[in-house]
Amino acid sequence: MQAAAQIFSDYILPLLILAGLSAVLLGLLLVIIAFLLLFDRKVWAAVQLRRGPNVVGPFGLLQSFADLLKFVLKEPLIPAGADKAVFLLAPLATALFALSAWAVIPVNEGWYGKWVMSDLNVGMLYVLAVSSLGVYGIIMGGWASNSKYPFMGALRSAAQMVSYEVSIGFVIICVLLCVGSLNLTDVVNAQKSGLGTKAGLPSTLLDWYWLPLFPMFVVFFISALAETNRPPFDLPEAESELVAGFMVEYSSTPYLLFMLGEYVAIVTMCAMTTILFLGGWLPPANVAPFTWIPGVIWFLIKVTFVFFMFAMVKAIVPRYRYDQLMRLGWKVFLPLSLAMVVLTAAFLQFVRYA
Amino acid sequence: MTDAYALFLLRDYLPIVIFIGVALAIGLALMVAPFLIAVRNPDPEKVSAYECGFNAFDDARMKFDVRFYLVSILFIIFDLEVAFLFPWAVAFKDIGVFGFWSMIVFLAVLTVGFVYEWKKGALEWD
Repeated sequence: MQAAAQIFSDYILPLLILAGLSAVLLGLLLVIIAFLLLFDRKVWAAVQLRRGPNVVGPFGLLQSFADLLKFVLKEPLIPAGADKAVFLLAPLATALFALSAWAVIPVNEGWYGKWVMSDLNVGMLYVLAVSSLGVYGIIMGGWASNSKYPFMGALRSAAQMVSYEVSIGFVIICVLLCVGSLNLTDVVNAQKSGLGTKAGLPSTLLDWYWLPLFPMFVVFFISALAETNRPPFDLPEAESELVAGFMVEYSSTPYLLFMLGEYVAIVTMCAMTTILFLGGWLPPANVAPFTWIPGVIWFLIKVTFVFFMFAMVKAIVPRYRYDQLMRLGWKVFLPLSLAMVVLTAAFLQFVRYA
Repeated sequence: MTDAYALFLLRDYLPIVIFIGVALAIGLALMVAPFLIAVRNPDPEKVSAYECGFNAFDDARMKFDVRFYLVSILFIIFDLEVAFLFPWAVAFKDIGVFGFWSMIVFLAVLTVGFVYEWKKGALEWD
């Protein structure tokens, strides 16, 4: 009896606590994404002088939940020619890989410790690795459907995602050179001092990396749009040519899981932009009224701000042509970000450490 | 492997494994739900492959443009390069001027290759 209680308190209980924390974090994440989805549609509607969803709940606040219910009640179809196992595995993989990244993304730090599932010392590498796995879901979905439009969409999508991943990698190297650590909490803490504090100011938003690494900030933002297949780079699902790209044959919750994976990936990219360039949970100035607000609120505000920029780009910018997309990725961003890596390294080597 | 190192691995990676497990449970629950509760009434037209205005006729897994293949090969080279840069960037403070120039030489060699493929037209999508 004693031994059983010992085993329970030593092994089972920590596992249960971890599982409970994971469930809470995932639940919060999904609810936040449900509202961000509505926010996206509202912004898009406002730009086009429409009202957007406004029927379900006050101001349409419950629209995403109604959509979820609708998806669950729809008939799931599997095409006769499809490879059934891979066909169903693809959306699951997309959603799973997208959600996994959130295990290492820190949202706050204080006297109570770090608000993160796992304070991984290679956090940045983990996020990069898991977000690049997302392409598997798309390739699997497009191939397993055994239909022409999904096949084309998957090919385009894979080529697009891998093209922009290279420049994202170089941008991350630039930040990494400045920080010297792959831990995402360290990345945020390194932004407590910088250009602003050098000039004698208290810790403010001038210290964050968006200012010294501004070209990289822009490259990262645009590459994040391309990496998550957001407009203006939504060629894999360009509805005027490919109907819905790799998702053509999907219905019901398999389709929902693709969309979920896509939006989770978008919010992950917003969170990464926030952590790498916008100072994570740090307040815009380390003085009285701003420091009263908890860090996690600042984090949410910044993520929402980046998401708002994503939504505005979707509403304003026309879609790229495929050759323009590849030209931008390989002939503009790749040389630019490579040059910036060399420039950043040279600056650090000969100005700061010398 | 020492005990301390094993404990460190466990502390860092066990939460991730559990997190992925919970995410998988949520995904599976969503995936299975409509198969259990939604009305299923398939017919041959519904489950045929989507096509525009005519019946789908041959296998969809057809030949595709070789440039997609070329892009993925180029991607492997440059992604390896990025992977190579990660440890260098983490240790950048400690490796000094020699470490800096070593990586510059490596990047210069790769840049020569990049210029070559650009001139050869491997990046053209007309």
